[in-house]
Amino acid sequence: MHAARALAILAASLAVVACQSKKPEAEAPARPAAAPAPASDKILVGHVGSMTGSEATFGQSTDNGIKLAIEQWNAKGGVKGKTISLRTLDSQGKPEEAAVAATRLIVNDKVNLLLGEVASSRSLAMAPVADGNGTPMITPSSTNPRVTKDKDKVRPFVFRVCFIDPFQGTVMAKFARNDRKIDRVAILRDVGNDYSMGLADYFLAKFKELGGTIVDDQSYKAGDQDFKAQLTAIKNKNPQAIYVPGYYTDVALIARQARELGMKQPLLGGDGWDSSKLYEIGGKAIEGSFFSNHYSPDDPSPRIQDFVKAYKARYGAVPDGLAAQGYDAAMVGFDAMNRAADGSGAAVRDAIAATKDYPGVTGIITIDANHDAVKPAVVLEVKDGKSSYVTTVAP
Amino acid sequence: MTEFLQHVVNGVSLGTIYALIALGYTMVYGVLKLINFAHGDVYMAAAFAGFYIATALDVRDHPTIGKAVVVFLGAMAVAGAMGWAIERFAYRPLRNRPRLATLITAIGISFLLEYGFQLPSLQAQGRTFEEVLRGWGWGVPGWLDALVGALPSTFPPGPTPRFFPEPFTRVDWTVFGGVHVSNYDVVSFLVAVGFMLGLQWIVYRTRFGTAMRAVSFDPRVAGLMGIPVNRVISATFVLGSVLAAVAALLVAGSRPRIDPIMGLMPGLKAFVAAVFGGIGNVPGAMLGGIALGLAEEMVAGYTVSSFRDGIAFAMLILVLILRPEGLLGRVTVEKV
Repeated sequence: MHAARALAILAASLAVVACQSKKPEAEAPARPAAAPAPASDKILVGHVGSMTGSEATFGQSTDNGIKLAIEQWNAKGGVKGKTISLRTLDSQGKPEEAAVAATRLIVNDKVNLLLGEVASSRSLAMAPVADGNGTPMITPSSTNPRVTKDKDKVRPFVFRVCFIDPFQGTVMAKFARNDRKIDRVAILRDVGNDYSMGLADYFLAKFKELGGTIVDDQSYKAGDQDFKAQLTAIKNKNPQAIYVPGYYTDVALIARQARELGMKQPLLGGDGWDSSKLYEIGGKAIEGSFFSNHYSPDDPSPRIQDFVKAYKARYGAVPDGLAAQGYDAAMVGFDAMNRAADGSGAAVRDAIAATKDYPGVTGIITIDANHDAVKPAVVLEVKDGKSSYVTTVAP
Repeated sequence: MTEFLQHVVNGVSLGTIYALIALGYTMVYGVLKLINFAHGDVYMAAAFAGFYIATALDVRDHPTIGKAVVVFLGAMAVAGAMGWAIERFAYRPLRNRPRLATLITAIGISFLLEYGFQLPSLQAQGRTFEEVLRGWGWGVPGWLDALVGALPSTFPPGPTPRFFPEPFTRVDWTVFGGVHVSNYDVVSFLVAVGFMLGLQWIVYRTRFGTAMRAVSFDPRVAGLMGIPVNRVISATFVLGSVLAAVAALLVAGSRPRIDPIMGLMPGLKAFVAAVFGGIGNVPGAMLGGIALGLAEEMVAGYTVSSFRDGIAFAMLILVLILRPEGLLGRVTVEKV
């Protein structure tokens, strides 16, 4: 039923794109389907984020990061003297809503730059819209390789400022095998989620390659209430750790139910865990578990501490990884716009693609030929209801 | 062996939930021959009612037995009122129309609740309940001021899941050398069995039950015999919705995430459980619920875990082919 609804909305939004993209064609036949050059002295940035839904903190944190970046640029006089303004639309955590929101921002609001989404499944729904309309899109934190690469073809207008799953999955495998000396791991993955499936596959391959054993590979569906069947089966295989590359609400429930079954193993995960809600719902159950992330707010380097201080002053909270990624995505976008020959979509795209050694909060960002950023990852441990830095793993 | 016993405990705990929801389905079906698809969403709404009451009472930081009782009774009252209103305003006007019209309305109510609860909250829209009621042209009488003032402006909750506080403290026991059972599992099971026996008693041993059975047999003739048909049907809906509220709070207490579509899957599965046990039959709903919970648990535990939802619907198809009246259902001959 949900799939049918998604299809109907997608079809409707495609129809809208098809109808609307004819307009610029009539005015400027030379450049069909290209984003119109901004005529005003303003730059409009669109953000599609999960402001509500199961991953609500992802969208909210990212939006905060983006707003901070915009305020800092505007305080310096804007990009080429033009003030930046932001329009944020809510994806409610649903891919079909993300596609509709991206279409609205590009077609109705004619944004110069599209930012979003955090979740790979939603960025995958937005990428063809951005590509088809020639609007540059930067996803802050979608790590699935297919977001920027459609089969063998790199999507010309879609970029990311984060690492990709093959790297993130191997980071955790290396950490478990080499640092923690773990031999036996069970996997519990979310079958309906591109991000989770990708991470689990890359983790599994690397962990086996390093000589470890995967004792069980179970799955769940996001939104499930009861995970005890899978956990009981896993418990019987007696692993030393459980890899759960899911999103924080599910992970928190999984941790609780694992402890209720008397399982003491640490859980391992990815950047989808990064939310204050994980600690709120998971409580004591999630303590002592590890996850890979984009950055650690404990990092003493001045670039990071300046950001943490500015963010704290503005929002009164320590920025999580997704806020830092949102900030970096916006910063890389504005830096590229500042360098671009003009404000057209193609010129901005070329400038983003040429980004080299940009000193971001989450690492030195260089966009490679696949439109990915190559950056180190950090491993964090859940301790006393917050994350604490353990180690950094270079690519 | 420990693993198997743990699966049995988990399965019964899951099945109890299905059974509690299925009891409500089966009651309404028994009386009206209507599959009330909105039942799963009344379950969801009751969970949120409990959540708002618990938040107002600060149950999370200071849980007491007294507060737990208030949360349960409050959620049961809200759910009962919803059940009454849905029947009165959505189903009763269609009672003498083709049954399909009521069925489609039930699906409509279900969607209305699921997506209505996902709207941005009044607070986010910068309004309060009182303003909304005034906007509809409803003067709020003075004695209701306190009540309207207490309504949460964070309603509707929107699609973000909420964390439900434990209404009573969780206690885990280890039995048989490694099988973990919690007091929630035990209480849920006892409550379900208690409700099943209670319903059985109401249906077969009370005047109201006799009236229910008469309405079920033939509403028109029952009306001619002086049975208040509308009142009996309303009471059935209220009773079914109150059961859903109890199920919702027992689930939310032990699996503390609630969201507006949490009733969708349990509602569908409880429907399968009711059909499996023989829809319209009270012990059948209980049996069907437990059987479905165990089947799901065993499938997820011993084979591929993604098959767990499939098994529920495979069971529905098998039952409909092999024994359409369900395990405990009575065979009725359709006369032309």
